[in-house]
Order: sequence, then structure tokens, then C-alpha cells
Amino acid sequence: MTAHQEALTGEHRGEPGTDTASAAASATTPATARADGARHLLSVSDLGAEGIEEVLRVSDAFVEVSKRVIPKVPALRGKTVVTLFVEESTRTKLSFETAAKRLSADVLSFNATSSSLKKGESLRDTVETIAAMGVDAFVVRHSAAGAPAAVARWVDTCVLNAGDGWHEHPTQALLDCCTIRQVLAERDGRMVAETGVECFKGLRVAIVGDIRHSRVARSNVLAFSALGAQVTLVAPGTLLPPAVEAWPVAGVSHDLDEVLPETDVCYLLRLQAERGVGGFLPSVREYAAAYGLNARRAAALADGALVMHPGPMNRGVEIADEVPDLPLSVILRQVANGVAVRMAVLFMLLGTPRDESPAGALAGLEDAWETGGG
Amino acid sequence: MSVPTVLVRGGTVIDERGQRRVDVLCSDGTVSAVGESLEVPSGATVLDAGGCFVAPGLVDVHAHLREPGNEDAECIDSGARAAALGGFTAVVAMPNTDPPLDNAAVASEVLALGAGVTCKIAVAGAITVGRAGERLAPMGELADLGVRLFTDDGAGVQDSGVMRRALEYARGLGVTLAEHCQDDGLSHGAAMHEGEWSSRLGVPGSPAEAEELMVARDIALVRLTRGRLHLLHLSSAGSVALLAAAKAEGLAVTGEVTPHHLALTDAELSGYDTVFKVYPPLRTATDVGALRKACVTGTIDAIATDHAPHRPEAKDVPLADAASGMLGLETALAVVLGALTDGDEPLVHATGDEQASRLCARDVVGLLSWRSARIAHMALDQGGDQGGPIAPGNPANLCVFDPTESWLVDPLRMASRSRNTPWAGRKLTGRVRHTICAGEPVVIGSEAQR
Amino acid sequence: MAERERRLTTPRGGVFVPRVQVLSAEDVARAITRIAHEIVERNHGLSDVVVVGLQTGGVPLARRLAQILEEIQGTAVSSGTLDVAFYRDDIGIRPVLPEAVTSIPEDLAGQLVVLVDDVLFTGRTVRAALNALADYGRARAVQLAVMVDRGHREIPIRPDYVGKNMPTRIDEQVDVSLDGVVLGDVVAR
Repeated sequence: MTAHQEALTGEHRGEPGTDTASAAASATTPATARADGARHLLSVSDLGAEGIEEVLRVSDAFVEVSKRVIPKVPALRGKTVVTLFVEESTRTKLSFETAAKRLSADVLSFNATSSSLKKGESLRDTVETIAAMGVDAFVVRHSAAGAPAAVARWVDTCVLNAGDGWHEHPTQALLDCCTIRQVLAERDGRMVAETGVECFKGLRVAIVGDIRHSRVARSNVLAFSALGAQVTLVAPGTLLPPAVEAWPVAGVSHDLDEVLPETDVCYLLRLQAERGVGGFLPSVREYAAAYGLNARRAAALADGALVMHPGPMNRGVEIADEVPDLPLSVILRQVANGVAVRMAVLFMLLGTPRDESPAGALAGLEDAWETGGG
Repeated sequence: MSVPTVLVRGGTVIDERGQRRVDVLCSDGTVSAVGESLEVPSGATVLDAGGCFVAPGLVDVHAHLREPGNEDAECIDSGARAAALGGFTAVVAMPNTDPPLDNAAVASEVLALGAGVTCKIAVAGAITVGRAGERLAPMGELADLGVRLFTDDGAGVQDSGVMRRALEYARGLGVTLAEHCQDDGLSHGAAMHEGEWSSRLGVPGSPAEAEELMVARDIALVRLTRGRLHLLHLSSAGSVALLAAAKAEGLAVTGEVTPHHLALTDAELSGYDTVFKVYPPLRTATDVGALRKACVTGTIDAIATDHAPHRPEAKDVPLADAASGMLGLETALAVVLGALTDGDEPLVHATGDEQASRLCARDVVGLLSWRSARIAHMALDQGGDQGGPIAPGNPANLCVFDPTESWLVDPLRMASRSRNTPWAGRKLTGRVRHTICAGEPVVIGSEAQR
Repeated sequence: MAERERRLTTPRGGVFVPRVQVLSAEDVARAITRIAHEIVERNHGLSDVVVVGLQTGGVPLARRLAQILEEIQGTAVSSGTLDVAFYRDDIGIRPVLPEAVTSIPEDLAGQLVVLVDDVLFTGRTVRAALNALADYGRARAVQLAVMVDRGHREIPIRPDYVGKNMPTRIDEQVDVSLDGVVLGDVVAR
């Protein structure tokens, strides 16, 4: 398998560094680096536990930036980021574009609905044409799993997976981890910046809903389990993925009520209406009755539990109308953290020279610039 | 066109009768002499077969030549050249062309295009009109043209009632139906095998049961109708188990397997590389093991390539949108030798449990040659001209190959018009050196002559 | 956080090998006290003064400086920290990651900012800091306090308050903390 394929399957090898420090860093921190130097974020498994922790630390800095009166830094000035959204999505697209702009990057927005893709130009031709204009990163959302991987094969620029079919949505998982770490630190009266990822060890997470078709579920399972959390999947039989025994989860359940008292984080997935009545479920109503989180169920959660949702919510289906407004819901914080996390990822992918791993920076930040002072 | 006299010298002949170190002389399209150290007649072309096996030309009972309708991907001429380079002297062209091979007019056209190319082209007719699975195609009219195999390949006949009638009608004509076993309900939208890999990659999958259901159904229909059935490209352990049981019961069911299903698993799709997208999908190592064992035990009757050329535009897209299928003619022999022989000792016949998944080269070639010829209704005793044995008076269709020669697969240098081979960039062992089709040496020194 | 500081004071690809202790802990303490008095003298008091320490080397010095200023004046002194990672001019050339928190307590418009760093070398960190400060409002003035000026400026930046002027070779390394100032070399690992 190529190094690229190894990254996708989570089987990591350290990337050869150009000096001892980055080699040492690569050996301990799986980088998103590809053998030829272009870096991508295609899957959470590209990062590993150390990589996730790194992203969260960098996100802290961008959370602060986002709170400023002028929430902008010149870090990616002169870089061009292309959002290539072949599948509709207003929220994620907006979040990425905001993130790129707050880093002072230039943003090109390519929307399949109003573009040459509809007229029959192939995705490959489109991508190669855009790349020929000289861009630094593609942020790709597509309804087909593996599309960002294909783009990464075709062009020599950074590729960031913003959601590919049922496969993964890495930045969603990262912003979810960011939110959990933030909220748990605050609840315990600690500074977020002082917190690592120890809070995830043994954390009991229940992911509820259409796991089978959910890229958010796949990315979150990879992220939470890499950080040591205990993940339980809760879904009706038709909405569990095949060969679920091979997933790195602690358990699988069809009974939400049984799982709730042992749950510290209840993560609700959106039930797509097309799915609901597409032969997978008898009716949306039956799903809501068995798996919807209402106020009664929310109260049955373990003490100090959190309720999360990647949005957009189907109020009355997977989440009752009153639940998002309860104190245990951190759904709005997820959205707020989305921009900071995406800024962190863009900065780490584009702010690092092509043949260095971003994590190599940590072990080797010093040079004439830093050690001598300013 | 007069055919030259050709002497194949220094090779080891392998055919149904056995194995012997003899030279073969061909003239006027037939084998004229077989013996040790034959004299070279004047004006004869001498083909060096030192270190090689000399076998009856291989017969592919399942290839997609794309003409008419998709000539950008392949045409009969380029397909025949690819076949000859792979050691094949006969190919059965599948009917999922555009227009499909469901009537005598299109079949005649294809047979005419096939006359005079570097490989004998036979045609499989469709079972139903338009391969739509509803009304029977005019099998009698096609049988009159010499068509002996009928299949809707590319799709399975979903309606059991229609398949039953087809089997009964075919029995009356003395022809064989072949089924592409795929239950549409279970395999809807699938791009790969449903299992651990599809689950991890987030790709809709097709479980082995999507094939096995139709295998089981068709076996039951054969029992009901006393018809004859050939199962195309079997891919799962369950399917071959069902086939073995049907044979044990004495039903007239045969089965084939492709080279790629004997060598590759669904793990190849970990990088979403569309070259590995095929139907039936690549499955697990367990399935590969069971298919290999089935070749050794004789449950599998033939190896067929399911050669499926696709233009880059059809493959250079995300996995879910990509066309299914891979090239196979030029690499089949090497891949199958690698999958089924012991490599070091290709002459050891399979005995005992340790050898349970290993065959000798001769038996492997049999699956590609004389046993395939029989499935294709092209054997000598069926009125055809393929499959040998290599004996004076028999048609001169020969495949001369070196089982030890390694070569690098370069899609840009293949005869096929398309490039979708899963072996691109890999080294294979076993190479065709010469191919003689109806007495004409169409491949000499691994190079096509026309 | 201390772990990161320790790691950060060794050069990439090498280890810091100390050679000479140039200032002791008492010397550093005295220097900070002197600088504090100089700040008060120069600005005729401490009204509108905000002490901002540059991450990470300048932060402990800034904290101590702010403490001493409070003792001198008897009033509280505003202070903050600044990480300049996002304003560096070598993003994309060298690996850059933010090391620590930026926390500027208030709008800096009309304030007098005293930037504090441990070592002044090429001047690029300070230039990035000036860019960053500009995003927090238009300061009345910015003054620069450093414990060590080691020369080799690449940008026209000059300090207002210096603990010690220390000419160095460009390949030498200076390590500054409240425990003292040490001159040393980088040795490849």
C-alpha cells in the first residue's frame, strides 16, 4: 500500500524527516504528511491521539482569536483555499470559509449546483483546472466516500475532507473533542489550556442514531476511541453498520433507556428523513419514540452528562424540542468551536512547510528566531 | 490466406492426455506431426519453445469485447489481440453490448467482425430481450447461428418464473444458460463487498448472500426443470459450497471463477482505487481460499477472465460513480499460475491436505483450456475446434508459455484499448511466448504479429 | 506548560549546552528592579501602562516586572500575555505552532504598552508583536523591555530598557530565566 493508503487505514509509519528532530517527532506523532510532502486531513486516523491533542491545543489559540474585536490574524495571508462542495451544505461551508478568511487567506468557493459539474465536466477535470490556477488547499465535501482521496491523488495540493459520503467528517470529530475538553475543564474549574486529553480516558460516550450512514459517527468513533473513551453505539438493527464487531467500540445496544444512566456524553445523530422512510425504518415516529432524546431521557443521563448534536437538528425526531435549551446541551458551543478548530486545521496544514510535519514544530520550534529571542 | 508451416520446437506438450517433451509441427491449420526432434521442413517457421509448456490454445468463456456500442473501450479486433497475447485462441463475447446480442442481426454482425481477427470469436446470446429479464430472447434463431451459451450477464434474471421458462426452453434447444448471480434487492447501490472493509470505508456493500441467493435459486430451478446451467464468476465460499452440493446430487450445473477472485481481496479497496471495483466484488481471504480449493477439487469447471475494459473517464471518478470491471485477457495465465501453483514446483500434482490448494501447471492450464472449451461448447467432440488434445489431425490452436518468465505489467503497452488492469505496475510470473490460432502464429516472442 | 518551555529552549535538531553563567538570579532580580524604576521615571508615573509579556520567555519576566511596579506605585498594574505565532513572517517557511495563551486584558487604545521579552536578537519577534498589538487598538506608545540584547538585528528595532547588552556569536545560544542568564552552544543531537 502507498503511504497515502496507509494513512487512510490508520496503519502508520513515521514519515522520514529532513532532520533528526522532525524524524523524532514523526515517530511519536503520526503526521498527516504524505510521502511526497503534500499534507492532507482525509481521516481522523491520519492524526492519532497525539495529532488530535495537537489540533486541540492549536484550537485554543484560535478560540481566543475568535473572541477578539477583530477576530483575524495574518497567518495565511497570500494562501488560497478552495471550498469544493459537491454535496450541499451551507453550515459547514460557511464555517470553513469563515475560518480561512479569519486566517487572512483568500477563499474561492466552488459550488457544484451552479457549476460546470452539472454541465458534465468531470470532477477530475474541474479539480485539475482549479489547481492549475495555483491554489494551496482544497476543502472537499462530496456525497461519494473516497472523493477527497481521489482529489488528493489527482493534484498536488493539500486536501481537507469536509465530509465524504458515509465515510468521515474529521473536523466535526475534532470540534466535538474540542467542545468536550472545554466543557469538562470548565466544569472542574480548570483552565482549558492547562488540560490535555486525559479527560477522555474512560469517558462513557453513547452515539445514537443512524450510525450506518453517518460520517460523523465514523470519525467520532475513531477520535473518541483513540483518546481512550468508551464508546457505545445505540441504534435500531437496520441502522448499524455491517461487521460492527470490528469497530473500536465498547458495545452496541438497541435500548437507549438502558444505556443512558451509564452515559457521560450523549451524542445524537441526525435522522435523515429520506433514510427514515426509505425502507430502513417503519416510520420516523417509531424512531423518535424509541431513540429520541426527550426531557425525561435527558434527566436519566449520568450526573454532569452532556448532550451533543452535529446539526442541523430535526427537532421532535432525534431530539425533543426542549432539550437543546437545557443546560446539559452544548450544541451551540459545538458550532462556535467549529470555526476555531477549522482555523487550527487550516493553519497546521498550510502554515507548515511542505516537507515538515506540523507536529515536528513542537519539538523543534527553536531556531535563530526563537532561542535568541526576538 | 494460406497459413505457413510452423514448427514448435523444444517445448513440453501438456493436454488432457498428459505431458510429454515433444515438438509439434503445424501445417494448413492443423497439427501434422507430434514427436521428438522433428525435422524442420523447408520454408517452415521455427518457434523456439525451450523451457516452455505447449498447451491447447486457451479458451475464455467470458469476455466483454464492447463492440457494438462502446468501441472506445474495446473493439473485437483489439480484444482479439489482447486475447492472443494472453494465449487465448477462442473467446466467447458477452451480450451486454449496445445494442445487445439478443437477436440474429446483431449476433451476425459480431460474428462477421470476428472473422479473421487473431482469435476465434464466439458469441453468447442474451436470455431475455434487451437483457431486461422479462421476455425470452429468440434463442432458437441465435442457436441457428451456432450460439450455444445464453446469459443476461451484467445482470441476473431477477424473476424466478422467467428463469424457469428460460431453462425449460433452453433444454428443448440443447443449449446452456449461464447466470450472473446477483440479487438486485440485496446489492442495490453497492460498490464493493459488504464486510469489515466496506464498513470502515463507509461504502455501500453487497454481501456474499446477494450472489448465493441466486445460486441457490437457480440450482433449485435446474432441479425443477432438468435444465443445464453454468454459473458465471463465482466469488464466495458459500457459492462454491452450493455448487459442490448440486454436483453431488447429479444436477447439470457447472461453475467458473475469474483470475482476480483467486488472487485479490476487498482490502485492495482501502485507498478507494476504482481499478478494483468489479462485480461480483472482491471478497475476503476466506472466500479466496475456498475458491482456490474448489479449483483443486474440481468443483470449479473453468477459469474465465470476465475481461471488462473501461475508458479512463469511467474509472477516474469517485468510487461510488465508477464503472465496475477489470481487464483480464493478457494477465490471466500468469495470475492463475501464481494463485494455484506452488511456484517453485509447478510439476507437483496436488496430493494430501497441505497441497489442498495447489495444482500443477497442467491442471491449471486445463481450467483455462480444454475444460473451458467444453463449457463453451467448442471442444472437438462437441463439433468445435478448441481444447486439443495436441495430436495429428487436430486443429492447430496452441498456447506456448514460459511458466518462469517474469514481466512487469504496463497498462500503456497492452493491446487492449483500455488500461484498467489491477496488476498495473506489478510483476507477474508466467508469460505467453507464442500463440498459434488456426495454424497462424499470431503471437511470436510475446509480440502480436498483427 | 513548563515542559514545553524546557523543550522550547533547545534548538531544533540539537541540545543546548551551557558554557558560561553571565548573570546570576540576583543579577536578574536587580535588573528587573532597575528597569521597573526606569519605566516609572521615563513615563512620569504608571498611568495607562500595560505590561505585556511575549510568550513564552517574556512572560515570567513580565509578571515579576508587573509585581515590582505595583510595589513601587502602590496601585495595581494591568498585564497580559501575547503569543505571536500567527503574525510571524516565516509561516510556511518553518514549522510554526502557537505555544501558549494570548490574553490581553483590555482594549489597548490610548494605553502605553511595555512589551517584555527575554532576549532581543533579530528583532522579528518584536516586529510580529507590534503587528499583533495593532489588532487590539491604537496604543499611545509601545516601549520595549528585554533582559538581554545579544545583537544581530535584522529589522530596525531598538529596546527602551535593557537588562544587559551581551554581544554574541550568531551560532551561540542565550538561555534566560528568573534563575539567571546562561550563554552556551547548540550541539547536534
